[in-house]
Amino acid sequence: MLGLLHSLEIAVGATIVGLAIGVCGAYGKLYGGPVVRDLLAVYTTVVRAVPELVLILLLYYAGTDLINQVLTAIGYQRVDISGLVAGIAVLGFCQGAYSTEVMRGAILAIPQGQIEAARAFGMSPGLLLRRITLPAMLPFAIPGLANLWLIATKDTALLAVVGFFELTLATRQAAGVTKAYLIFYLAAGVLYLAVTLFSNFLLGRAEKWARRGMPSIKEAR
Amino acid sequence: MAGEAAIINTAARASLWLQPHRIVLILIALGLVLSAAFFMRWDWLPQYWEMGLMGIWRALWILAVTCALGFLIAVPVGLAQAAGSTWVAAPAKVFCTIIRGTPLLLQLWLLYYGLGSLFPQYPWIRDSWMWPYLRQAWPYGVLALTLSFAGYEGEVMRGAFAGVPKGQLEAARAFGMSRWKIFRRIWLPQAFYRALPTLTGETVLQLKSTPLVATISVIDIFAVAGKVRQDTYLTYEPLLLLALIYMAITGILVLALSRIEARIPVKVG
Repeated sequence: MLGLLHSLEIAVGATIVGLAIGVCGAYGKLYGGPVVRDLLAVYTTVVRAVPELVLILLLYYAGTDLINQVLTAIGYQRVDISGLVAGIAVLGFCQGAYSTEVMRGAILAIPQGQIEAARAFGMSPGLLLRRITLPAMLPFAIPGLANLWLIATKDTALLAVVGFFELTLATRQAAGVTKAYLIFYLAAGVLYLAVTLFSNFLLGRAEKWARRGMPSIKEAR
Repeated sequence: MAGEAAIINTAARASLWLQPHRIVLILIALGLVLSAAFFMRWDWLPQYWEMGLMGIWRALWILAVTCALGFLIAVPVGLAQAAGSTWVAAPAKVFCTIIRGTPLLLQLWLLYYGLGSLFPQYPWIRDSWMWPYLRQAWPYGVLALTLSFAGYEGEVMRGAFAGVPKGQLEAARAFGMSRWKIFRRIWLPQAFYRALPTLTGETVLQLKSTPLVATISVIDIFAVAGKVRQDTYLTYEPLLLLALIYMAITGILVLALSRIEARIPVKVG
């Protein structure tokens, strides 16, 4: 049960980090200068081409090592970065690349007139983002982001390979101690499935809420 | 005239692509690669490159086999959901939900450690011809990856089968084609064309999940990198090379699949 809690903590954290990177990345890709655009293109391409497992290993070891080296270089002591923070950072970094693309598409799907109208009203860019762009893109972005959330819950299992204590590793240890492999793995599978189905239900509600006032897809066809 | 225009066009595109900031970025990237080549340790490469090639070959082999088998399972699963009666559609739906709702790593470990620990208890399995295979790790890896691909692709094929216009099927029936012939000549090809762009993405995803089989002691390229790290105590070099290899494979895969995509008539439907 503790394992499930850890898994969910990481998934939530990684999704939040991913969303933050996604909003910045999408803005950079759409409105940024040429250098920012190219760098973001490299970021999304590389992250999406390399397997998550390799990325996790690379970032997990390289990231913690790099921070410690920088810290010792400045003259601070080495810090032990907790697995939780490292896991969230690594998965968030992976998620960021995907959510950048999702959000870019969603922002492009906003009717251009809405943004122009907001500019004509003299809204500052921050206000425009908060009041118009983010709420208006939600209905287009939610299906993609829902997928990302489900991927995040399942990617937490990969952290078991690095030795982080979450549901899959907890299952493996419990199964190894009791020798009842099949039962424990089935139970863990049921837990993951329950999380997925429950989030599907919630996400369906959220999408309905974000779409309020818009013509339904079924009627349009 | 046309040729001249084309030449100007490509030249313009090249100059558009090679803007000054891009040149600077490329130079920086080159500098990073060169410094990595010179300042990091690569002396282990000659010792392991044969093993690495074996690993790449095995990863590609697993990818090809699981994609092919998974697609074969995905077609009936998708068809059952799109056109089958409730009794056929419900199990297919449950299968897709379960596969898509649980992590692949868990499925893999469930099959390998869970099922694998059950088999030795039954003497009739130990005595059968299957035992030499069941004792190894790769059948479990292939099975898990195949089921996973089938689960995700079954959902895609459901949409693709349902998306084929009814008129085409009715026309085929009006021609007096048998049900099997309609499926083979009209329904499956049309659905396949529709699913192809998604299939490219799924294949790349499948490639990215092949390193998971290394966790159940199948020696693919990821496991080779792990062994290098264990032997030489190097942290980054093998992983960086590994990332590069996967990127190269992904690039080639996407290029090849887009070639196939380009050969299919554009106007579908």
